[in-house]
Amino acid sequence: MLILLSLLASFSLFSLMAVGGAVTLIPAMHSYVVDSHHWMSGQEFAALFAIAQAAPGPNVLVVSLIGWKVAGLAGALVATVGMCGPSSLLCYYVTRLWQRFHGSPWRRAIERGLAPLTIGLVAGSAMLMSEAANARWTGWLLCGVVAVIAWRSRINPLWLLAGGAVLGWLGWI
Amino acid sequence: MNSSLIIPTRRQLFLGFFSIGLSGFGGVLPLAHRMLVQQRRWLNEEEFTELLGLGQILPGPNIVNMSIAIGSRFHGVAGAWLAVAGLMLAPLIIVLSMVMLYDHYQSLPDVQGTLHGLASAAAGLLLAMVLRMGQKIELHWQTVSLAILTFVAVGVWRLPLLPVLLVLGPLSVWLARRRQRSGDESC
Repeated sequence: MLILLSLLASFSLFSLMAVGGAVTLIPAMHSYVVDSHHWMSGQEFAALFAIAQAAPGPNVLVVSLIGWKVAGLAGALVATVGMCGPSSLLCYYVTRLWQRFHGSPWRRAIERGLAPLTIGLVAGSAMLMSEAANARWTGWLLCGVVAVIAWRSRINPLWLLAGGAVLGWLGWI
Repeated sequence: MNSSLIIPTRRQLFLGFFSIGLSGFGGVLPLAHRMLVQQRRWLNEEEFTELLGLGQILPGPNIVNMSIAIGSRFHGVAGAWLAVAGLMLAPLIIVLSMVMLYDHYQSLPDVQGTLHGLASAAAGLLLAMVLRMGQKIELHWQTVSLAILTFVAVGVWRLPLLPVLLVLGPLSVWLARRRQRSGDESC
């Protein structure tokens, strides 16, 4: 019960800090479930992220998996509700106000101001996940190749994940 | 222009977001655009961009915010619930089934190896996201240093996120406002 309350409280707070989406939260979630509470290892954390990426649907589902790992089905639901609840409530009310600020220069300033922060946060997440996921140099190589292909082409990312899975299954990664 | 747009019923709202949730791999936004603007015509291009911008500056998962905004626009609180439920329901069940299978079989070497490869590729996709975002960044010494500073604070120094956001967020918005005032678009 205490664990569920801790999950709810932490993810509710994360919800309001997720400027630029759930992906920006990876270092914060990692430090919460891996470093502070030792609920899972860094490798398990990376595996959960990989599963969330390989499944259809929004990126935020990694939160459900973390909740599941920590406290089963109840944990998954609590973490998901915590992650989506506060931000959704905020969004519901702000959407109504937003129209009024249609011409306000502050609106554009907020958009322009938050963009560099989002990139920095996603870069932090990418670095953390690369370190957690890549044990061998072949892992780093795969990671780099996938990054370049996904960046430069419009290939469906599912193919890249499938390729990575096959290479891993062959024992090369 | 607005007359050609379609107002979805509650049922259509739920089913529309249901199909968005099910069909997007590695991010749902491009799909959402195609469905909402081109296929079902619930929104025009301008409205979509507007909602997207809003979803991105508000905290929380972007696509969830977008579902809330679109759902509530057509059917108030009930619409918001239906859109989010439609979006999350099927993916949640699928991803939980996948993780249960993983937990059951994770000790098998084949499964471990597969997951290692999957995790490396998933990290690569995240790097690609950074590269794509980096291409679109407004090139100014302020934005570039703020992006680097945020990265170092959170990724290298591992500072807690909240204080980082509380300091750099207002600073970055204030600088953006100043750049607007002086009409200085480049360095």
